[in-house]
Amino acid sequence: MTAAAPEPKANMGKPVPRYDAVAKVTGRATYGSDMPLDNPAYAFLVTSAIAKGRINSFDLEDAKRVRGVIDIVTHENAPKLKESKLFSNGGYAGTTIQPLKSADIAHDGEIIAVVIAESYEAAREAANRVKVNYSAVTPSASFDSQGTTKAAAKGQNAQFKEDPKVGDFAKAFDEAEVQLTASYETPTQHHNPMELFSTSCAWMGDTLVIYEPSQYVYGLKNGVAEQLGIDADKVRVVNPYVGGGFGSRGSMTPRTAIIAGIAKRLNRPIKLVPTRDQGFTIATYRAETRHEIKLGASRDGKLVALRHEGAEVSSRADPYCVGGTKTTTRLYACPNVDSLVSIVRADRNTPGFMRSPPEVPYLFALESAMDELAVKLNMDPVELRRINDTTNEPIGGKPYTSRSLMACFDEAAKAFGWAQRSAAPKSMSDGDWLIGYGCAATCYPTQMAPAAARVRLQRDGRTRVEIAGHEIGTGAYTILAQTAAERLGVPLEKVAVFIGDSDLPPGPVAGGSNSTASTCSAVMMVCDQVRQRLFKALMPNESLADKAKETVGMGQTPSTEAARSDRPLDLEKAFDALGAGVVEEYGEWKPEGAPLDSFKAMHSGHARLVGGAAMKDKIAYAFGAEFVEVRVNRFTHEIRAPRLVGAFAAGRIMNPRTARSQLMGGLIWGMSSALLEATEIDERTARYVNDNFADYLVPVNADVPGVEVILLSEQDDHINPAGAKGLGELANVGTNAAICNAIYHATGQRIRKLPVRLENIEV
Amino acid sequence: MRPFSYQRATDPDMAVQALSAAAAASKPLTQASAQPLAGGTTLIDLMKLDVMRPTAIIDINPLAQGWSAIEPGSENLRLGALAKMSDVAEHGEILRNYPVIVNSLKLAASAQLRNMATLGGNVMQRTRCSYFRDVSYENCNKRNPGSGCAAMDGVNRMHAVLGISDQCIATYPGDFAQALIALDATVEVTGRSGTRSMPFAELHKAPGNSPEIETTLQPGELISAFLIPGRWPRSVYLKARDRQSYEFALSSAAVALDVQDGTIRDARVALGGVATVPWRAREAEAQLKGQKFDDGLAQRAADAAFADARGRQHNGFKIALGKRVVMRALQQAVMMEI
Ligand SMILES: Cc1cc2nc3c(=O)[nH]c(=O)nc-3n(C[C@H](O)[C@H](O)[C@H](O)COP(=O)(O)OP(=O)(O)OC[C@H]3O[C@@H](n4cnc5c(N)ncnc54)[C@H](O)[C@@H]3O)c2cc1C
Ligand code: SF4
Repeated sequence: MTAAAPEPKANMGKPVPRYDAVAKVTGRATYGSDMPLDNPAYAFLVTSAIAKGRINSFDLEDAKRVRGVIDIVTHENAPKLKESKLFSNGGYAGTTIQPLKSADIAHDGEIIAVVIAESYEAAREAANRVKVNYSAVTPSASFDSQGTTKAAAKGQNAQFKEDPKVGDFAKAFDEAEVQLTASYETPTQHHNPMELFSTSCAWMGDTLVIYEPSQYVYGLKNGVAEQLGIDADKVRVVNPYVGGGFGSRGSMTPRTAIIAGIAKRLNRPIKLVPTRDQGFTIATYRAETRHEIKLGASRDGKLVALRHEGAEVSSRADPYCVGGTKTTTRLYACPNVDSLVSIVRADRNTPGFMRSPPEVPYLFALESAMDELAVKLNMDPVELRRINDTTNEPIGGKPYTSRSLMACFDEAAKAFGWAQRSAAPKSMSDGDWLIGYGCAATCYPTQMAPAAARVRLQRDGRTRVEIAGHEIGTGAYTILAQTAAERLGVPLEKVAVFIGDSDLPPGPVAGGSNSTASTCSAVMMVCDQVRQRLFKALMPNESLADKAKETVGMGQTPSTEAARSDRPLDLEKAFDALGAGVVEEYGEWKPEGAPLDSFKAMHSGHARLVGGAAMKDKIAYAFGAEFVEVRVNRFTHEIRAPRLVGAFAAGRIMNPRTARSQLMGGLIWGMSSALLEATEIDERTARYVNDNFADYLVPVNADVPGVEVILLSEQDDHINPAGAKGLGELANVGTNAAICNAIYHATGQRIRKLPVRLENIEV
Repeated sequence: MRPFSYQRATDPDMAVQALSAAAAASKPLTQASAQPLAGGTTLIDLMKLDVMRPTAIIDINPLAQGWSAIEPGSENLRLGALAKMSDVAEHGEILRNYPVIVNSLKLAASAQLRNMATLGGNVMQRTRCSYFRDVSYENCNKRNPGSGCAAMDGVNRMHAVLGISDQCIATYPGDFAQALIALDATVEVTGRSGTRSMPFAELHKAPGNSPEIETTLQPGELISAFLIPGRWPRSVYLKARDRQSYEFALSSAAVALDVQDGTIRDARVALGGVATVPWRAREAEAQLKGQKFDDGLAQRAADAAFADARGRQHNGFKIALGKRVVMRALQQAVMMEI
């Protein structure tokens, strides 16, 4: 075992290498724009240089003269498309701003023309030569701009149903022995997945194939069909690999139906590869947020009052919000809680999911405030969390299905060397560098969604698993193969997994970290169906369902005597008895508490996530604790984070290797979010300025020399058959606060606005 | 990017001919229809962004045989313009006698870029001003003379506080040039009438009223070499930046000292990340020369270096930061064991 492949503890699978590792490191993995097309034309987008106003006219003379140009599509001649509603409103779209519909412009970088040419180069050159005459109107860029409107999220966003409250906050806060009020801010951020927002569309007669990095092939298929006004069965979305998603590919963007429509008209496949900077405006992003936290506590550290007010920016058109108060009001024991989320509308593109959408900004605020409170109480911040740890969430009193928060704190603290910390700020240093230690809790809701799978087992043990899941870099292929191999008792090498194709049985959106729990539960169920068929053939008179259940799982010891005598299932005999060479089963799985329309919604590409705080009589979250060492240079004020240590518990760990990678990536992402990442907006023009990889900073290797991930053993039988909690979005939540808390310890300076840059330090 | 012709220059004359033929008196050299290509790490980027639109590329890499030598002599160091950044940064003699050069190169860009990029191309690299590099912004005097400056009241955290004008506040982004200007380097230029030399300090032009004119090179002229007089073992390049590697300077200082018996006999200070051109801080040097070093002196030198600095909305911090960087670089240079 190595650091990359941690020794499995109890309730962990094997750290097998990635199914797709060789394909990826040898460049053989095929991404959307790698898919071969027959005689494609190439598209290049022209995007608006103003954020609000109208297009008066285009001058296309120069552009049309470029050799190889086939067509230039603008609002004047664009294919007519039907509208799609916002995903949160029962639609598929991540934005209802539909480009190329009229001369109006609603945000910076809106698609205003699509150049189609015989080559990418010609399309790009012609796009450069398109001249646009605008009438610009002064836009509202963000929170402090004139002309924005602010209103409560409740009532305008169908998915934000309630501002959680309990008890009498005002009174309890007034009477609290210790009070804290503090305001926090997080910036605009963009996902910047490595793979660009490409789309290829090819029609064969009246059937459309779309190659596009998507985190939801069923959503995209149905959404595009709706916009084109065709039957969803006529659309197929294929993407065996997705070069990073982080939420940016969860809901449909307008580009896909536009390209599909143009390809239809042209009667030729079209390939679009937008630029990095276009990705900032043709997809979604994490909007900037503001928070006010009020904490009231007794002298001994018990929370008596908590209020979290959050405000988020969205577009004029859409009431998107993340509303993380559902988590922050429930994290700690506290009898009096109040909260409010508002949305501020500005002239921006519609924001959307970005890795741990609600938890990142909202926990940054709460976990910073908890650290401030610990300072006020003169208490170790770990102990403050311990005092307020709880088995039941305070709003509805529901029990956590499992909660290893303090175990994570203790393990991580030990590995980090928290005991060596001298508590006073500015008390640790090394040469030019002030040293600070900080920590924070992290958590993420455990979510599940309906999923279907097809499993085929051959006589020789070869197995084929089909499910329209998504490989967004997390290891989906690997753990699905492991799950089937284990459940059917066949060698891992014999399992072939097919995902990323909407012709496969419907899987859920790869969002909200529900994929592992949902797809593995579905595959387990269908593997059991296969085993039941075989048992039935062998022992037609027994009560087989039970036996199959008891005997499944090669790694598990059969629980009953009867089951034990059945093992191992003799495949040869079973197939002989069955008189067939292949057993194939299809099944649809849905999580406990799934809404009635779940399966219907699953087929029509509507995500129906359940779990987290929304369950009826329980609440399910994964937890972790993160410790960081920050160094602040006395002279340059440069801030570095040489050590990030996190301990996490997330139910069954399907594969410690891929889990560690997710969590390590999360810690690095969190550090990046705290110290580097921010999309700068030009206040006068509401335009993104640093929309490229040179100016939008993410960490390089030298920034993250020490990242340690500790996986805790945790068993949770109340969540889903796989026993797994999502962990892809767990690790990047706490890091923001942990870093700011460490900066406070290093410098004595409390910074409440992200990202923290050297100019914010005054030592 | 727009179509262009590509030509390999097999001898300097050919390159000079092709480039001078393409230069038009009415246009700044950066907008001439033919441009020399060295490593391409600046030029190709800017062509992809449609900022530079040459119709002819003159590849000068075939001249490497004559133009890439690294020649440490007893009197001076001669560096060919086509020497790669990485080769110079790893050269034993330079490591010993010119730490400021080594670190200005090593702390720049990434290993991959340093393997491609040449010294000549490096000093000629163009500003990273986001508004300059995005042609959808009309107002950029440097790219589009007379159109205004979007950065002046826009997002200008990375912009300059020294050498600015009402027309342009774009930072000169390079690191190596600070070492050259500090060490009184000479630049050797090859043009139509042969080779001429001038102080490196005269190569770049502050924006003034014509930010589109960035250097004093004449049509057809190419940089062929740099000459650095003397040896500077007591020299430092200190660079403050947002991340640990692969990032331009928010503020940097190239410092070279000649200290004897505790007295500073000669001092060189140049500033990066804060000025519109490679910036020699002669006022700081004047404070230092002939003095015994202490922290108070370092502070006075740093104050002098930034006496004329002017910040805008987001870059004002660079003045205080720049001073601290200068002070620390001076302290580090003094503390060096030689
Ligand atoms: C992501 C990124 C990060 C970077 N970070 C840094 C950094 O931290 N610090 C830093 O200093 N630099 C940095 N750079 C810039 C890099 O160092 C320069 O791009 C490189 O040095 C240019 O050299 P080149 O040979 O590739 O030049 P080219 O791109 O070939 O040429 C640059 C310009 O100079 C002209 N030219 C080339 N050679 C000559 C010559 N001999 N005579 C006259 N004109 C000539 C070209 O026509 C062109 O206009 C970075 C670049 C990138 C892309
Ligand atoms: S600072 Fe200079 S380069 Fe930048 S926008 Fe202004 S004029 Fe253009």
